[in-house]
Amino acid sequence: MATMNMIQALNDAHKIAMRADPDVVVFGEDAGYFGGVFRVTEGLQKEFGKTRSFDAPISEGGIVAAAVGMAAYGLKPLIEIQFADYIYPGYDQIVSEVAKMRYRTGGEWTMPMVIRSPYGGGIFGGQTHSQSPESLFTHIAGLKIVIPSNPRDAKGLLLAAVEDPDPVIFFEPKRIYNGPFDGHHERPVTPWSKHPLSDVPEGHYTVPLGKAAIVREGADLTVLAYGTMVHVALAAVEERGLDAEVIDLRTLVPLDIEAIEKSVEKTGRCLIAQEAPRTSGFAAELSALVQERCFYHLEAPVERVTGWDTPYPHAYEWAYFPGPKRLKKALEKVMAD
Amino acid sequence: MSDQDPSLRRNAPKLALHVPEPSFRPGDSPDFSSLNIPAAGAAPRPDTGVTAAETHPLTTHLVRVLGDDHKAVGPWDPKLDPDTLRKMLKDMVTVRIFDDRMYRSQRQGKTSFYMKCTGEEAIAVAAQTALDRDDMHFPTYRQQGLLVARGYPLVDMMNQIYSNKGDKLKGRQLPIMYSDKAYGFFSISGNLGTQFPQAVGWAMASAIKGDSRIAMGWIGDGATAEGDFHSALTFAAVYNVPVVLAVVNNQWAISSFSGIAGAERATFAQRAVGYGIAGLRVDGNDALAIYAAIRWASERARSNNGPTLVEFFTYRAEGHSTSDDPSGYRPTNEAKLWPLGDPIERLKAHLVAIGEWDDERHAALTTAADAEVRAAQKESEKLGILPQQGKDDIGSMFEDVYAGVPWHLAEQRDEALREGGG
Repeated sequence: MATMNMIQALNDAHKIAMRADPDVVVFGEDAGYFGGVFRVTEGLQKEFGKTRSFDAPISEGGIVAAAVGMAAYGLKPLIEIQFADYIYPGYDQIVSEVAKMRYRTGGEWTMPMVIRSPYGGGIFGGQTHSQSPESLFTHIAGLKIVIPSNPRDAKGLLLAAVEDPDPVIFFEPKRIYNGPFDGHHERPVTPWSKHPLSDVPEGHYTVPLGKAAIVREGADLTVLAYGTMVHVALAAVEERGLDAEVIDLRTLVPLDIEAIEKSVEKTGRCLIAQEAPRTSGFAAELSALVQERCFYHLEAPVERVTGWDTPYPHAYEWAYFPGPKRLKKALEKVMAD
Repeated sequence: MSDQDPSLRRNAPKLALHVPEPSFRPGDSPDFSSLNIPAAGAAPRPDTGVTAAETHPLTTHLVRVLGDDHKAVGPWDPKLDPDTLRKMLKDMVTVRIFDDRMYRSQRQGKTSFYMKCTGEEAIAVAAQTALDRDDMHFPTYRQQGLLVARGYPLVDMMNQIYSNKGDKLKGRQLPIMYSDKAYGFFSISGNLGTQFPQAVGWAMASAIKGDSRIAMGWIGDGATAEGDFHSALTFAAVYNVPVVLAVVNNQWAISSFSGIAGAERATFAQRAVGYGIAGLRVDGNDALAIYAAIRWASERARSNNGPTLVEFFTYRAEGHSTSDDPSGYRPTNEAKLWPLGDPIERLKAHLVAIGEWDDERHAALTTAADAEVRAAQKESEKLGILPQQGKDDIGSMFEDVYAGVPWHLAEQRDEALREGGG
C-alpha cells in the first residue's frame, strides 16, 4: 500500500498499463513532455518514449479521430481531453464513430480505448472548465461511462477501463483530485492522506466496471451519487444524523442496477445527487429506473439534488453547486412522509 | 433586423455578402472553354523525396498522362504493362455495370438506397492498383472501385446492399456502407469527413509500431469544409504521418457546387500549402495519371518523407444518390460536355492506341463483366432482398453494441422479442 491522491493513483495506473501492454499509447493536449495540466500523465514520456506518450494539437476532434484510427490498427489509445468542457469538438467522433464501430461492422472493428477527461466544478473554473456532461454520453449506445470518487477506485477502474474491450469515457472529478470535498467550500481542504481510500494497493489490480460500491450502509434511505457528490452526500447524511445507505455508482453505464434495487427495496426511500444540471441529467434516468423497478417499496417520491439548469456561473459557483444546504433540504423532504 | 440606428452608421461602403453561384444552372448551356486544362505531359514530376514546397506548383497544375491522341506522355507516365491496363479497364467497366444493376435494384424496390460513382471509376480503381495489398483505406461512399479492384466478391457487396442473410454487417448499415478488414477497407461512415483523420491515426499507429504499411484517406470536395479535414491535415503535418490523403473533387456535394466548399478561391490541392505538406492536383478521369500520382505519394509516405494531399479533379456524372435528382440544380448535359471526358472511354482508347485492345475485345469484356454482375446478383438475391429483411433474428439487433450484452440491453432484447417485430 502507498498513500496517493487521485492524480498519483491515476498516474500509477497509466504506468502499469503501459508497462503491461506495449500497444497502450497516451496522448492529449499538454499530455506529453509536461505530463498534463493536472499532471496525470507526468513521467510517461520519459519512461515510454515520445511515440507512446506525446503532445497533441489543440484539436479534440483530431485527437479522438486519431485514436479511432489507432484502435482500428490494433493499438489501445488512452487519451486525455484536457477538460470535459472541451470534449464537444470530439463529440461526433465519439458518438458516430467510437460508440458505433463494433455495431456497424458486425463486430469486425472494435474500439478499445479510454477517453479520460477531468470534469465537474468547484474550482472556480467558470462555465468552460466546470461542466458535468456525463449524460451526453450515457445516452449513447456503445459507450461505457466511469466516474471514480477516490484514489483506490481511480486506479483500479482506470486499469479495468484500459483492459475493457469497449470504449470507456472516464470522467475524473477534478475537485477531488487532491483531496475529498464534502461541499463545505468555506472550510480548509483536507488532503487525501487523511482518507482511508488513499491507501492504494501497489502493482496491478482492477475495480470491475459495472459494480457500484456501498460506501455507507444504512437503513433510513438510499442515496445514489458518483464523483464529488459521493463525499458531499456522505457529509450531509452524517450532519443530518441519518442512517443512510450511500451508494457510489462508479460506473454509470453499465449501471449496477442490482445494488440500487437491493438498497431501495431495503430502505424504501431514495435520493439522487448529481452536480450536472437537472433536466435530462443522469439523475433523471436513475429516478425513472427506481420508480419503474422499486415502486411498491417506495414510501416517498424519489428526490433529485442537482446543479441548476444554467451554465456554470463563475462568481456564483457555490450558489450553483448542489452543496450541503440543498442536500439537507432534499433529505428532509424524502424523509418527511 | 439589426438594432443599429442607421443614422449612426459611419461613412463607409455597405458591406456585401458573397454567396457563390455555379457557372451554369438548369436551362443554361454549359461552356467549359474557359476552364484551364494543361496539356497531358506538361506537369513536371519531382522526385518523391523533395521538400513539400517543391510540389506546391503542382497544386494549381493538373497532372495528366493521357493526351488527346490517347497516348501516354510526359514524366508522370507510369509505363504500366498492358495486362495491368486491361485489368484496370475491366475493374472500371465492372464498377459501372455493378452501379447500373444496383441502381436498377433500388428503383425496383429491392433496396432502400444506392450511390453510383459514374465518371469517377478510374479514381478508386487506379489508386487501388497503385497501392500494396496490405495498405489500409479509409474510404467515402463513392470508392466501391477499391473493393472491385482488390477482387472483393461482388456478391458480398450486394448482400450488404440488400441487408440480406449474407450481409456480414447484419443488416445494420445503410446500403453501400461496406466494411472489410481483410480487404483493407475501413467501415464507411455516413457522417462525412470522419474517416479522413482516422486514416491519419491508423498511419500514426503504423509508424509508432515501425510497420511498413501506409494508409490512404478519402474525402469529397464538399466535406473538406468539415473540421475533420483540417484535423487530418494538421495531424498529418505535425507527425509527418505516412498517409496519402485524397480529395475527390467531383464538384458537387448533393446540390451545392464546389464553390460552397471554397473552390472559388483556391484548389483543394492548395490546402496542402498552408499545412506545409506535399500536394498534387490530378486529372481524375485519367487512370494513368491517378496511378502515377498515388504511386508517387505512396513512395513518399513509405520512405518517411511525409503525407501528400492529392486532389482528383473530376465530375460527378450522375445524381448524388438514388434520393437525388440533379436536374433541379444543374444542366442535365453537363456530364457529357465535361472536357476531361469519360475515364473508361479514355483508358479504352489508350489501349486501342497502343495496339493492345479493340472494339471486339471491349464488347467481350463488357459482356463478361455484365454476366459476372448478373450472376452475383442472382446469387445474392437468393439470400434475400431488403423488403424481406428485419423480421428474423430480431434479437441480433442487441448484439455488438458492446462485447457482451449488459442487463439493460438483455431486458430490451427480451421486450423486443415479446413484441415480435413491427
